[in-house]
Amino acid sequence: MKHRGYYGQFGGCYVPEVLTATLEQLEAAFNTARSDPAFWAEYVRVMGEYSCRPTPLTYAENLTRHFGGARIYIKREDLNHTGAHKANNVMGQGLLVKRMGKKRVIAETGAGQHGVATATMAARCGFSCTIYMGALDVLRQRPNVFWMERLGARVVPVNEGSRILKDAINEALRDWVTNMDDTHYVLGTACGPHPFPEMVAWFQSIIGREAREQIQRITGALPKRIYACVGGGSNACGIFLPFLDDDIELVGVEAGGRGIETGQHAARLSAPGASEGVAQGYKTFFLQDDDGQMRETHSVAAGLDYVGVSPILADLHQKGRVRFESATDTEVVQALELTMRTEGLIPALESSHAFVQAFKEAPHLSPDESIIINQSGRGDKDIFTVADAFEDPAWRDFIVSTARRYTNA
Amino acid sequence: MLEDYLRNRLREKEILLMTHIVLGYPDFEASMEIVASMVLAGVDLMELQIPFSEPIADGPVILHANQQALAAGASVRACLDFGREAAARFPIPFLFMSYYNILYRFGVERFAAEMKDGGLQGAIVPDLPPEEGADYLQTMQGHGLNPIFIFSPATPDERLAYIASCARGFVYCVARKGVTGRETEFSSQLNGYLARCRRATNLPLAVGFGVTDRRDVDFLRGKADIAVIGSQTIRIVEESGPGAVGDFIASLR
Ligand SMILES: Cc1ncc(COP(=O)(O)O)c(C=O)c1O
Repeated sequence: MKHRGYYGQFGGCYVPEVLTATLEQLEAAFNTARSDPAFWAEYVRVMGEYSCRPTPLTYAENLTRHFGGARIYIKREDLNHTGAHKANNVMGQGLLVKRMGKKRVIAETGAGQHGVATATMAARCGFSCTIYMGALDVLRQRPNVFWMERLGARVVPVNEGSRILKDAINEALRDWVTNMDDTHYVLGTACGPHPFPEMVAWFQSIIGREAREQIQRITGALPKRIYACVGGGSNACGIFLPFLDDDIELVGVEAGGRGIETGQHAARLSAPGASEGVAQGYKTFFLQDDDGQMRETHSVAAGLDYVGVSPILADLHQKGRVRFESATDTEVVQALELTMRTEGLIPALESSHAFVQAFKEAPHLSPDESIIINQSGRGDKDIFTVADAFEDPAWRDFIVSTARRYTNA
Repeated sequence: MLEDYLRNRLREKEILLMTHIVLGYPDFEASMEIVASMVLAGVDLMELQIPFSEPIADGPVILHANQQALAAGASVRACLDFGREAAARFPIPFLFMSYYNILYRFGVERFAAEMKDGGLQGAIVPDLPPEEGADYLQTMQGHGLNPIFIFSPATPDERLAYIASCARGFVYCVARKGVTGRETEFSSQLNGYLARCRRATNLPLAVGFGVTDRRDVDFLRGKADIAVIGSQTIRIVEESGPGAVGDFIASLR
């Protein structure tokens, strides 16, 4: 193992010995695929046929007028099959699994987005599929559990640790160290041991490659700034990386939760609470205590509720190439409401974090300049979570009366 | 030196026993009681696990013990102090076992100095492959401590040799793929793997993951130098209390 996936001082491959050979095999398969132009062409073809790619870059005329500053463009990853950018990574890894000849896939999921995307890929490719999901998330995200099961996946609730995303990752790793001969672990974000960060970011870079071409075609120039929300960091890496060498500002927005000062957030790079550590197979900034035990995190958006962050982004943060900000739960719900009312778009709560920061900055830019917001996913699918976030009373009555009907049936 | 100690013991016993406990589970007092009964029952060396919130190489039993210990407030400081006390009180070698983040946050150099000063013999860090452990290796060597590395059935010969070149004291061979605590079939299927391990190093070989009873230990006689009992002792304590540990250990050999 020569290159172990370091980005500056972050990344690496900190795994039990039994996984080393499997990761080397994956790295070799990935490198072969990456250097084969036919593989990328096949990927683009599949994404076009199966998942509405290229996704549009939508000019948000009303929001632009509302803020009276930069022209706002929105990259529509919400239009992917299953409603988020997760489909890109999942279909890419699916093609790789076929090449490796494995028959079973496993994945972790937090909100359920990545789990549903993996389940569709497994159904289409004929793989058996097991999804690990924190028991708390299973309770919070029943609709996605419903879809995963209908799609033929086995959903295993994880009752260990804090029973959320990070615990689902640990459990998926435990499955993998046992069953790696016929099983591939479809990690859902640009985190984990090498080669996952690099591989996931590479598949997701389809977002930025398209956006780069689109914005130049539409406006004749590159954008001034690009905004993306940051959970594990895959949609942010995906849209940022193809612009890395350009003179434009890249802004990652983390979950500010109930406010940085409350400690209930998932801000790893935008606030001083996190520190360098090694867990889940890689080195990055983690929200942890002095002993190195991981802390609980919070966000209104389950997909951002994670203790670590992509080593690629940790490095770009340290180099000052990407700026990191945070958005609170309250700001997020407001930005979502405004976006729905003015544009008729329904960004996921995760994506709405990027909108918050863009809205703060757009008025200070000139109308000659444009910005891109990555709408990583759609919110209408998460009606239960969004309705909760809005504390919608009529929705509540509906749930209560539906529950009553089920109870009496 | 750890290796010398093991070789001397192996002159008297055909196979040695190493046990594993999670510090602070169910509490530190019980942990010390368990150590005492294990030593009395003839255990040859012990690994003391410092609990971590994300123990990816551990199965349900040890994972649960990690979480309970942390929930009860087990700190790294308290674990280090425990190790020092155990090493002072009992005449067998003690190793720390933990995940790399615990050492990394504490400071690898500081951690090693604590170990040396406290009379610990070395450490097992299952998520730190030698490639990532240049600092660690150098520091351990500087303090005369033993970095215990791991062989797995999935490790190719060439890599076994590489790992062996970094290892000191002994090498820990996991008996199968997977995490701790699940069943292992100790059968002739293991012979090829254990022979590969033997060829890769002159160091003593410990075999663990799924060793639960005398039959398993008997199987390993002549093929390995140390049988490692991890999850099973934790189960015994959970079922019958710390007092039952001595009889269990005595029944193994
Ligand atoms: C719509 C959406 N956006 C963003 C994320 C965060 O993940 P990442 O930072 O890897 O893009 C998720 C994760 O579930 C998501 O579902």
